[in-house]
Amino acid sequence: MNTINPSISTGVNMRDKQAAEIPVPQDKPEDTIIEEGKTVGKPFASDPKFQLRNVSVSYGSDRAIKDISLDIGRNEVISFIGPSGCGKSTFLRCLNRMNDSIDICRVKGQLMLDGEDIYSPKRDVVELRARVGMVFQKPNPFPKSIYDNVAYGPKIHGLANRKSELDEIVENSLRKAGLWEEAKDRLDSVATGMSGGQQQRLCIARAIAVSPEVILMDEPCSALDPIATARVEELIADMSKSYTIVIVTHSMQQAARVSNRTAYFHLGHLVEVNETNKVFTSPEHQLTESYITGRFG
Amino acid sequence: MSDQSSQAEIVRNSLKRRYRKERRFRLYGMVAIFIALGSLFILFADIIGKGHTGFIKTTITLDVTLDSEMMYLDDPTDEDQRSMADFVAPIIDALQDHIPEAETAAEKRELGRLVGNYAASEVRDLLENNPDLLNTTQTIEFLAHDRVSTYVKHAGNPRYSIKLSEQQQRWVDELVEKGVIDTSFNDVLFSRGDSREPSNAGILGAIVGSLLTMLVTLAIAFPVGIAAAVYLEEFAPQNKFTDFIEVNINNLAAVPSIIFGLLGLAVFIGLFGMPRSVPVVGGMVLALMTLPTIIISSRAAIKSVPPSIREAAEGVGASKMQVVLHHVIPLAMPGMLTGTIIGMAQALGETAPLLLIGMVAFIVDVPTGFFDSATVLPVQIYLWASSSEQGFIELASAAIMVLLTFMISMNALAIWLRKRLERRW
Repeated sequence: MNTINPSISTGVNMRDKQAAEIPVPQDKPEDTIIEEGKTVGKPFASDPKFQLRNVSVSYGSDRAIKDISLDIGRNEVISFIGPSGCGKSTFLRCLNRMNDSIDICRVKGQLMLDGEDIYSPKRDVVELRARVGMVFQKPNPFPKSIYDNVAYGPKIHGLANRKSELDEIVENSLRKAGLWEEAKDRLDSVATGMSGGQQQRLCIARAIAVSPEVILMDEPCSALDPIATARVEELIADMSKSYTIVIVTHSMQQAARVSNRTAYFHLGHLVEVNETNKVFTSPEHQLTESYITGRFG
Repeated sequence: MSDQSSQAEIVRNSLKRRYRKERRFRLYGMVAIFIALGSLFILFADIIGKGHTGFIKTTITLDVTLDSEMMYLDDPTDEDQRSMADFVAPIIDALQDHIPEAETAAEKRELGRLVGNYAASEVRDLLENNPDLLNTTQTIEFLAHDRVSTYVKHAGNPRYSIKLSEQQQRWVDELVEKGVIDTSFNDVLFSRGDSREPSNAGILGAIVGSLLTMLVTLAIAFPVGIAAAVYLEEFAPQNKFTDFIEVNINNLAAVPSIIFGLLGLAVFIGLFGMPRSVPVVGGMVLALMTLPTIIISSRAAIKSVPPSIREAAEGVGASKMQVVLHHVIPLAMPGMLTGTIIGMAQALGETAPLLLIGMVAFIVDVPTGFFDSATVLPVQIYLWASSSEQGFIELASAAIMVLLTFMISMNALAIWLRKRLERRW
């Protein structure tokens, strides 16, 4: 494992530096614009799925996330936007402890899922990840058949006792991911032979198959063409009825199209959270405004 | 305007120089490859040139009358009688049918030396197993004596000295003309163990010895090597101790193989009291020697499994163990197998450590188990190549060809496996 981690951590450092070089259009220095731990807008929800308080993440001596507090509501679609290296992916990965495998990564603060501490030593990571699924930036199906890709999660969690049950889970998941019609005749063919958009929907089906409550999506459309992107976005809209979805995206249009709320991150700070249309029409913070009007980022 | 044109001029001039450099560079590469291929060609040409005659045997086919009076043998089942009997007489008699001019006792003796030293025992074994054949005439194919074989195969070749008398040479020419002496494919080479006489020596014993040794090596080195690689890559904590182990594994890969032989001699034979010259000990020593190769290539294979696959598995809630067993090891397997096969090919060609643990003995019998005394192909080649008898030189080259065939097929298998199992992600 340790072989991958340094690249990730140094990558973050690099991006931090790049982000620091982005010219901020105000005369005032950044420190005075962002107040640590202060978020404008509505960071808290009435019926929270996640309650995140004073979360800080550091890679060694680099602080990637600086004192963020946020609620993520039940069955809400929230998108994280912000310039590269602002910590939105790092923050997302805290929600199902995908950062665990990085040795030097330290998470501080309180992260609660349904009132239970995510980072408690008693918490079983496997159980957590079964409840909080994840879809990655690059489609990453296993080099196995389409069927095996979807069936893998249910199999390891023992969700199906019989082959017929497993078949049913696979079919349902593929249907929900809008892939059933395309894939039903070639369930046994290798998943890596599909197009990028199909692969990403397969990854979504794979995440759905273990019936999670939350799905985390880390720039799910950045490797897809516009048509495939549109299909995935439709899918997100459909899924929002039954899942809590957290999506990191670089595309502000996508955030505007799919999410109920939008959170703007900047250099590890959570600057502003609000209803999506509010963020995009009348941002309260000057950094948010600069970002969405395309003055940097 | 003039500025621009002068700049273009400079670029054009520098281009010429660059192209010349490039051509020279390419030439160096071609010369290097030519040297490498050339040496390989010379090596192969030499070995095949010397060794191809090793695959040919010289036989003398005779109608032998197994006369009981001539052999002083009444009852072939009686061991005492057998030990006293003269089995050479009927062979000389049969030869005399073709060469009537040999009449004196000395000439007859000369005639009898045309067949190999084991011809008499061939007749004895035949009679012992089939006593009914006494007083009948049988057509028997004898192996020609090594000197005859050398004369038939290499007459006129300055590298070989002919050790037949002129009279014998004349007889042999006559017998060849009559078709009594003939050459055919040397099945003896593949069906017998070592022998003092080149015409009777084969590599079956060495091949079986190599096979048994390789089985032991594989059974030890493959599981141990892969387990070590998986642990170091996936589970080992990052600390000084792990670094220390890593450095030492890399060092082990560079240790001369004879050191492993000394270790085997001191530990397996000296300390544990295991027998000498047996495939088990040889296999264990070679396993130690192969381990670093397998560990290093397996670790590289594990490292090359893309992190996205691990993340995907972790993302659906696979535990560390499941990620490793379900995804990392299957994806790394082609690389691990390739490393193992290359390590095994190395072990197959290894001589030095086996010399030290006594697998260099002269062993006639084909080994039947892991605890039988045995030798291996490269050691057999070493034994034959250092032998003074001419006939062993061609046998050594023939054995080298067999060994090279094994090696090339193993490497081809490794390449095929890699191509076959390689997956794209």
